[in-house]
Formats: sequence, C-alpha cells, structure tokens
Amino acid sequence: MTEDQSDVILEVRNLVVEFSSEDGPLRAVDGVSFAVRRGEIVGLVGESGAGKTLTSEAMLRLVRCPPGRISGEVRFRGQNLLALDEPALAGIRGKEIAMIFQNPGASLNPVFRVGDQLLEAMRLHLREPARSLRERVGEILGRVGIPSAATRARDYPHQFSGGMAQRVMIGIGISCVPSLLIADEPTTALDVTIQAQVLALLRSLARELGVAVLLVSHDLGIISQMCHRVLVMYAGRIVEEADVATIFRAPAHPYTRGLIDCLPRMDGSARLGTIAGVMPGLRSLPSGCPFHPRCPLAEPRCAEEAPKLRSAGDHHSAACLLVGT
Amino acid sequence: MTRFALSRVGQTVGVLWIVSVILFVLMRLIPGDPVLIMLGDEFTDEAYRQLRAQLGLDRSLLIQYLVWLGNILRGEFGYSYISHASVADLVFQAYVPTLWLVIASLILGTIIAIPSGIVAAMRKDSAWDYGSMGVAIVGFSMPSFWKGILLIWIFSVHLGWFPAMGYVAPWADFRESMWKLVLPAVTLGTFFAGLVARIVRSSLLEVLDLDYIKAARAKGVGQAALVYRHALANALIPVVTVIGLQFGALLGGAVLTETVFTIPGMGRLTVAAITTRDYQVVQAAILVGVLSVVLVNLLVDISYAFLNPKIRVTA
Amino acid sequence: MRTLDGLTVESPGVTVPTPAAEPGAAAGIGRWWRRFARSKGAVFGLAVFLAIVVMAVFAGVLAPYDPLTQGVGAPLEKPSLAHWAGTDSFGRDMLSRIIYGARIALIVGIVAVLLALVAGVTLGLVAGYYGGVLDAVIMRVMDALFAFPIIILAIAMMAIMGFGVTNVIIAVGVGFIAPFARVTRGDVLAVKEEPYIEAARLAGIGNLPIIFRHVLPNVLAPIIVQGALRVSGAIITEAGLSFLGLGPPPPTPVWGSMIAEGRNFIVMAPHISTIPGVALMLTVVGLNLFGDGLRDTLDPRLRR
Ligand SMILES: Nc1ncnc2c1ncn2[C@@H]1O[C@H](COP(=O)(O)OP(=O)(O)O)[C@@H](O)[C@H]1O
Ligand SMILES: [Mg+2]
Repeated sequence: MTEDQSDVILEVRNLVVEFSSEDGPLRAVDGVSFAVRRGEIVGLVGESGAGKTLTSEAMLRLVRCPPGRISGEVRFRGQNLLALDEPALAGIRGKEIAMIFQNPGASLNPVFRVGDQLLEAMRLHLREPARSLRERVGEILGRVGIPSAATRARDYPHQFSGGMAQRVMIGIGISCVPSLLIADEPTTALDVTIQAQVLALLRSLARELGVAVLLVSHDLGIISQMCHRVLVMYAGRIVEEADVATIFRAPAHPYTRGLIDCLPRMDGSARLGTIAGVMPGLRSLPSGCPFHPRCPLAEPRCAEEAPKLRSAGDHHSAACLLVGT
Repeated sequence: MTRFALSRVGQTVGVLWIVSVILFVLMRLIPGDPVLIMLGDEFTDEAYRQLRAQLGLDRSLLIQYLVWLGNILRGEFGYSYISHASVADLVFQAYVPTLWLVIASLILGTIIAIPSGIVAAMRKDSAWDYGSMGVAIVGFSMPSFWKGILLIWIFSVHLGWFPAMGYVAPWADFRESMWKLVLPAVTLGTFFAGLVARIVRSSLLEVLDLDYIKAARAKGVGQAALVYRHALANALIPVVTVIGLQFGALLGGAVLTETVFTIPGMGRLTVAAITTRDYQVVQAAILVGVLSVVLVNLLVDISYAFLNPKIRVTA
Repeated sequence: MRTLDGLTVESPGVTVPTPAAEPGAAAGIGRWWRRFARSKGAVFGLAVFLAIVVMAVFAGVLAPYDPLTQGVGAPLEKPSLAHWAGTDSFGRDMLSRIIYGARIALIVGIVAVLLALVAGVTLGLVAGYYGGVLDAVIMRVMDALFAFPIIILAIAMMAIMGFGVTNVIIAVGVGFIAPFARVTRGDVLAVKEEPYIEAARLAGIGNLPIIFRHVLPNVLAPIIVQGALRVSGAIITEAGLSFLGLGPPPPTPVWGSMIAEGRNFIVMAPHISTIPGVALMLTVVGLNLFGDGLRDTLDPRLRR
C-alpha cells in the first residue's frame, strides 16, 4: 500500500469506543483501523448494532463522553483528532470533515430557518463577507436539487420532506468543501425512489468537488453501487477490507459471504440466503472470533483465538483464521 | 397562527364560562340568607324586600345566573354594604399590590432560575448540579409564609436591613416601594425559581441529547454557541409553558406572602371578606384571580405558538 | 406494556392483578428498589417521610406532654431540656404540639389526595375511554377547575363549608382532582389504541371490566407518581389555610396555625414560628424527593 500513502487524508488507528457498565466496560468499537484516500468513496457496512455509527461519530469525537470513552488515533493532516482540544476540533468539524446523519428530519434545528443553518456552517469556517456567503446559500441549495431554492431558504425544517431535508444536510456538509464527508446511513430513513436520487446527488457532488466520502450503510447493495472500497464491520471490529470488485468476486470472510448471499439478485431468480442467528450483544460477546457461533465454517480453534486482520490478497485483508490456510 | 390564536381564544371563553357557572354555584351554596348578611344587624322589612328584589333573588335560578353574568360582563360587581364601598374598587385596589408582587417575583425567579438550570444541566451530576438542584427543591418546598417569617426574623428583626411589612405604591414613592418589595419578592421569587430551575435543567438536558445538536456540533459549532444558541432556543420553549402553568401557584403564593408582610392585596382582602362574610367581595376577588390565571395561560399559549415555528408558520 | 414491575395495587373497589404473578412480584419490587435506591435523594426523602409517619402514628407515646394542656411551662419559654422546642403563649409544650401536628398534616395530605385520586382517575378513565361529548364536557370542567389556584379554591370552599378538618380535606381534595383527571385521560387515550384492548372488546368483554382490568393497570404508574408528588402540595395547602386562620379551629395542634401564632412573637420568641416550619419543610422536602424518585423509577415516559 506504500504507493498511494501520500494520498491518504485520514487514517484511523486502533479506534476503541467503550461504555462503562455494571459488569465492566463494554467495547462497542474494538480496535478499528482503516484509511481514506483523497476523493475516494469508502463503504462501511455491517448489520445494525455493529458499531458503524459509533465508529463514524467517534472520529469527530461526537460520542458523548462520559458515558463513552474513546481511545486510539484518528490522524488527519498530521494531527491526531482525538488529542485536539475542543475549539481546534470544532475548526475541523464541518470545514475539513463534515458529517450527515441517518435521520435528516431531526438533524436540522426546528427553530432556525434552513438557510440560516446553512449560512451558519459557512460563517463558522469561511472568511468571506457575510453578503457573499448569503448569496451562496441559494446557490448551494439549488445545487443539491432544492427547487426555488432562494425562497425555500427562508422556510423552517418542518416544511421539508425527509428527502429534501437530507439534501439540505448534504448542502451544509459540502458548503465548506471538506476533504471528507462522513455519511451515516444517509438514505435509510427515506423512500426507495428518494434514496436513489439522494445517492446519485451524493456521488456526483463527491466527484465534482473531489470530496472523499465514508459511506456508512447496512445495505451492501447501496455500497456496491457507490463505493470504491469496502470495510465490513461485525461486533465492533473490521472483519474484511477490499475494493468493491474483490469483495463481490472473492469475499474472504464467511460473514461477508453471508451478507452477499442475502442480496437480492438482479434477475430475481436466486432465493435470498440468510445468516443463521443474530449478532451477539455487547454484554454477551463470545470468546475467540465473534462470528464463530453463526459461522458455517467454524472450527474448534475459532472459539479460542481471536483472528486479526491479515492479508487475503492484493489490497485485501480479512479477520478470519481460515484465511490463507 | 391566527387560526391557532382564535381557537385558543375560543377555548378560553369556554373555560371562563364554566368558571362562571362553578363560581355561581359555589356562591349559592353558602349557607345563610345573603340578604341578611348584606344588610347587617339593623334593617327594616321594607329594606329587606327591596334588596331581595334588587338582587333578583325572588326570580328563578337561571334568571338569577343570567342577570349575575350580565352584571359581571359589564364589570358591575355591586356595592358592599359591609365594607361600604364599591366591590370593583375594593378588588381593583387590592389587585395592584398583588400584581406588583407577582411580577417582581416572576422576574426575580426567572433571573435566578435560568442560569442555575443551565449550570446544573451543563455540569450534570457534579457538585454544581446537586447543589443547585438541592437548593431548588428546598426553595419550592419551603412554605412561602414560613420563609417570609424567617426572612423577617433574620433581615428585619436581627439585621434591620429591610422593612418587615407594609406596601407603598411604586408611583407614590418608588424607592420606598422597591425597598419594601425586597423581602416579599425574595420569598415568592425563590419559590418560583426552584420550580423553574428544575424545568430548565431537564428541558436543556433533553434537548442536548437530540440529533440536531449533534448535527450542529458536526458543523463545527462551538460549545458555547451550541448551548446558548442552538439548545437554549429550543429548551426555553417548554419553560415558557411552565411559567404560565405556575402562574396560578404564584398567585396562590402571593396570597400567603401578602399576609405575612401585611401587604393590602387580594389575599388579605379575600380572607378579611370571608371573616366578615362579605361574599360579594369574595366572589369578585376569586373571579379576578381566576381571570388573571386564564388570561396569562392564553398569552403563554400564544407566545408558545409564536416561539415554535411549527405552529407559527403552518397552523 | 407499562407495568409497575409487578406491584399489585388497590384501585377504587377492585383488586387488579398485574401480570407478574407470585414469585415475580417480590422480584419486581426488588428490582424497582435497586433502581430507586441508586438515588440518594429519593432514599433520604423516603426516610424523612417514614420518620414523620412514625411521629404521627406514635404521637401519643412520643409527645412528652399533652398538646392541649396549657401552662405545662411558662408562656413563651425558650427551648430548654424540659421543653425541647420551647412553649407557646399559652404555656403549651411546642414539641408535643408539633408531634401531634404531624398527624393532622399527614391525614389531610393523604386523605385529600386519595379523594382527589379516586375522583380524578374515575373522571379521566371515563373521559378517555368513552371520548366524545362526555370527554369534552368532563375535560372542559377540569380545565375550569384547573384555572383556580389551589389555595384560592380551598379558601372559597372553606368560606362555604366552614372550618374543621373534614372540610379542609374536602377543600384541598377538590383542588387536586383536575391534575389526576388530566394525567389519567392522556394515558388512557394512548392505551386505548393498544391491540389487547381491541382484542378484549372483540372477545365481548364489557366496557367496565375492560376499563378496570385492562386499562387501569396500564395507566397506574403515572397516577401513583402524581399521587406521591401531590401529597406534599396538599400538606402545604392545608398549612396555608391554617396559617390564614381557615383551617382546623384552635386549639387543634396544626403546623400552619402555630406558625401564624408565632408571627406575633417573632421578636421575643422566634422558636414558635420557626420550629414548626422546620417540621413542615422537612415533610414537604422528603415527600418531593421521594416523589421524584418514584417518578424516575416508575414512570417510563419521564425517566431520564
Ligand atoms: N451510550 C451507549 N451506551 C451503551 N451502549 C451503547 C451506547 N451507544 C451505543 N451503544 C451500543 O453500541 C453498539 C453499536 O451501536 P451503533 O454504532 O449505533 O451501531 P450501528 O450504527 O452499526 O447500527 C450497539 O450495540 C449499541 O447498543
Ligand atoms: Mg447506526
């Protein structure tokens, strides 16, 4: 991976998010490491409860601490975001790394006008006269596909549908042209037709502006359409990482294989597979590989040894004891 | 917004009508002959018959109610033969000091409550939080009449800093008036502050947990702006409602506080009228009290709607 | 379903078996207690409240003197070993009067709230369950009642009914009906839509059994919380009435009257006002803290 090292804009190393509980700390994110390169769209996929949201929010220290505790490193432009003080980090949030959330309707402050909320993001980070920023508000809203943008800027969030609100959030996210946009399940709360439009918007904006995207989703189908590279997450860990083509052609981890089998096929012929059982809760994590109780290939040693991520090919790694043997 | 306001006004009129029925029934339940009570000890049969007819007591209950309602709607509360004064004048004169006390307490209480609620919420589970919430619970648990006596004992009897009693109208002598208002307003204001501080805290904590606060942080909004602009703008909306809901409690507290500080307000008027069986005054005083509560609630509801874009812009 | 973690609670005339049966009930209470005990304030409040209850119940044993006998000491005596809380202007022992005062305070507080609870919950159940005109009429009357400041309504009622403990109870109780009706109705509206209510109706169960066996148990938790929180309000209201001279007539030992009497001696004998007020305040603080604890552990909507 040395050849594109210079292109890496963000590197997460051994990220851990814990919550204290009566029976000791609960590790919701357990040693996650990955990198995002300039302009790249990276997918983070896994079942609900895998720790995707916590991972993405912990990168910007948006997880409430306490009760949470974050450790590890999030390297961005040579500095560790987790070690920055609050004002310095606030200068990066929204400017260099922006984030949009699963529930667009609830992400906008109900008492402020939508345009003002977009304006606020720019005023915080851009040193430009207020007037020119104000003009940009309508421009950006138009660009994210909001009809009669200048008028709509004066409306309040409750006057926007979910899809329109998410467009506004995307507008806020890209308003300062960040290097990375984290999108946590940006379309999960939306209707299917709206989903496709919003995803298309996200992809075209990312390409035009050269913004890298960390796209979080539980839906491997979305990931396959949108992303260059995929991180598969299970029970707080990254269990497989590869580019999209490789993931679908030659998945190395049994969990990834299971996820792919669950996808509806294009021709609609093959029946849907399922992965037996459910993902264990944080309080009842099994020993060894967290996936072994559900794994069709599990061997006795899987219950004893926790697998580390290891190479499964070119730019491809997986956390499974059976890989490479 | 207009539609919302109109419907609330309609509801208020309805509530007031039921209040009038309740009050009318209550007054008819008073044992004894009102004419005898009004006339006092010495009277002639002729005067008795005259007053009875004048009061309409020889007619049916429904007619009596309608006449009574008509009089009230025209602001005619009658003449008190016991106090030898117009009932409306008596009530109005007593209303001013009470209103003054309530307003002062409202302002003082809010000034104390909002910062303490914010501090408690911002430092949840710290000594600040426990300290201010402990003081708050004691503040509204202390009966106001007892708190007033304690304040008099400490600040008037021992320290001699503030006058213990009396009332001067602010337009008569403003400084003297304020001076005399300090202890009563502290008595009632701290009660109110205790109630409101708890609401501010819990409302703010609730809002700080919401998605749009996280989204604003993700935009790069700093901690101070996050709390004071984004969260507080939302958290104070329910607080406004609570202030309105507690207005009745405040008025009730004023009745007791006045008695302690011998302020010639509604409370003292009502209690004195009960002891002299001057029921016309009792009825008018209660009516004015309830009317104030209902109107304040209407005002609060409308301002709530005004503060809340969801209602202001669409309804 | 909202349950009381297995608590079985008496309701007006009917015993309602909540889902958690024999072994569950004890375990449920145990679980509730562990959550409740986590709040120091709530435990403190409960302890204070229980202490006052003990004082009220065993007043005959605990009080060193008869509360009504005059001249057991000199008038206006300062607190001393013989009279821990001093004496009043009639030379009556203040400590004994305060201990007996707890009786009146608790009786009025608890009975008035029970009265309000039974009336308010019944009205709320009827309004919420049947809806329509009945609902509108009941709730508008409640709105009107709610507009009367409690103490002012109580003053008016005392004026009509005359003084005496029973009348104080009625006056205070009527003032608290509206909040119970509102809380109950709101929850009934939510519970009414649950599928198990519909199922019961389809099974041909009558309205009354549905209301008492299926609706009521599911709205009890917030009602109990209201009840606990309102007792302190009722006690304060009673004290206020007594302070104004509209409560139980003298020489009944009532905290409010004692505080009022002490006003006249605030310079010479401040203990007459201050000490009964401490008892009153402790009772109210204790009940409020206890009520907060109940709310946080019983009422899932308000839990934080
Ligand atoms: N405040 C918290 N306290 C305890 N556990 C939490 C907290 N927040 C999240 N979790 C747990 O962390 C796990 C991961 O959550 P999340 O990141 O939201 O998953 P995902 O986004 O993949 O669905 C879940 O099991 C969740 O229960
Ligand atoms: Mg998530």
